[in-house]
Amino acid sequence: MMNLVWLGLILAGVAVAAATGKAAEVTDAAFAGGKLAIETAIGLAGLMALWMGIMKIAERSGLMEGLAMLLRPVVRWLFPSVPRDHPAIGAMLMNISANMLGLGSAATPFGLKAMQELQELNPDKETASEAMCTFLALNTASITLVPGTIIALRATYGSVNPAEIVVATLVASVVAGVFSIGLDWAVRTALRTRGR
Amino acid sequence: MSLLNSLSLWAVPGMLALIPLWGAIRRVPVYDTFIEGAEEGLAIAVKIIPFLAGMLMALSIFRASGAMELLAEAMSGVTGALGFPPEVLPLMIVRPLSGAGALAVTADLLKTHGPDSFIGRLASIMQGSTDTTFYVLTVYFGSVGIRRVRYSAAVGLAADLVGFLAALYVCQWFFR
Repeated sequence: MMNLVWLGLILAGVAVAAATGKAAEVTDAAFAGGKLAIETAIGLAGLMALWMGIMKIAERSGLMEGLAMLLRPVVRWLFPSVPRDHPAIGAMLMNISANMLGLGSAATPFGLKAMQELQELNPDKETASEAMCTFLALNTASITLVPGTIIALRATYGSVNPAEIVVATLVASVVAGVFSIGLDWAVRTALRTRGR
Repeated sequence: MSLLNSLSLWAVPGMLALIPLWGAIRRVPVYDTFIEGAEEGLAIAVKIIPFLAGMLMALSIFRASGAMELLAEAMSGVTGALGFPPEVLPLMIVRPLSGAGALAVTADLLKTHGPDSFIGRLASIMQGSTDTTFYVLTVYFGSVGIRRVRYSAAVGLAADLVGFLAALYVCQWFFR
């Protein structure tokens, strides 16, 4: 899919340039784009180092575990088909907590572990179980408490107040998260009543 | 609203002070741990350079040729009806497909329109309120050999759309 989008952008750009005689502008723009990539990465590197350094302390000091404990009742309620003390619950909790703290690299291993545990409970190994669908719904609408990378990117481009979008982002992501979980529940319930 | 704004304003300084303090209380070697995490942060910045180069090049060509204006005009009926500025359309297309790609599109919007413009703020919020649906589905289901993902893809994409709409309305509410 990304291959198509990328190729489409370039081909459409060059085709329009051919029609409007903007070959020189397009050449300049292409090189400027490459240069901008490095400039952006250099600006971002220092800020990402700062951010990931702080978040590493959060990870080591048990902030993820603390958040996981707070979320445990909610997650148990969201996954009625998973036994209360099944290891899947623990793995999902760690994955969700890591996502909320913006620790993407820590979240993925827990997410994959959770999928393995859910697969143990799944009667049909090739078809997604209800619990898996709910977990993915929760994951694709991941609620972020502080979007560190975006704040860093905004700072790189000289925002007066890079963090001003924190609360707005939280509100929007909670709306999307609640919708996602609600829709998952509605679809699951509808399919059950139809006996599938 | 001023309370919410000061909450945003204090989010970063608050975290910079409280997280290391909490770490120290929990007897984490805070400086050494910071250095370790900072190395990972640097690695991430290096890893996204190819994505940035590819997407920024493609988007620059698309914009400089005038194709972006044509797309914006063609789509203005759809995006305009919902209230989206047509400039964020590429972000909506790339977001579910690639995390690093979407970050590059957001970088392009912040650079072109300024991070404190309406489009810049909207792109920032959209980036944070949605996720890489197709990537997550592929990796997570793929890792355990699930072939039939049932309704998950539809739910994930619907959630992305709602995330974009929520970002738009929240952005208008907060910053206008």
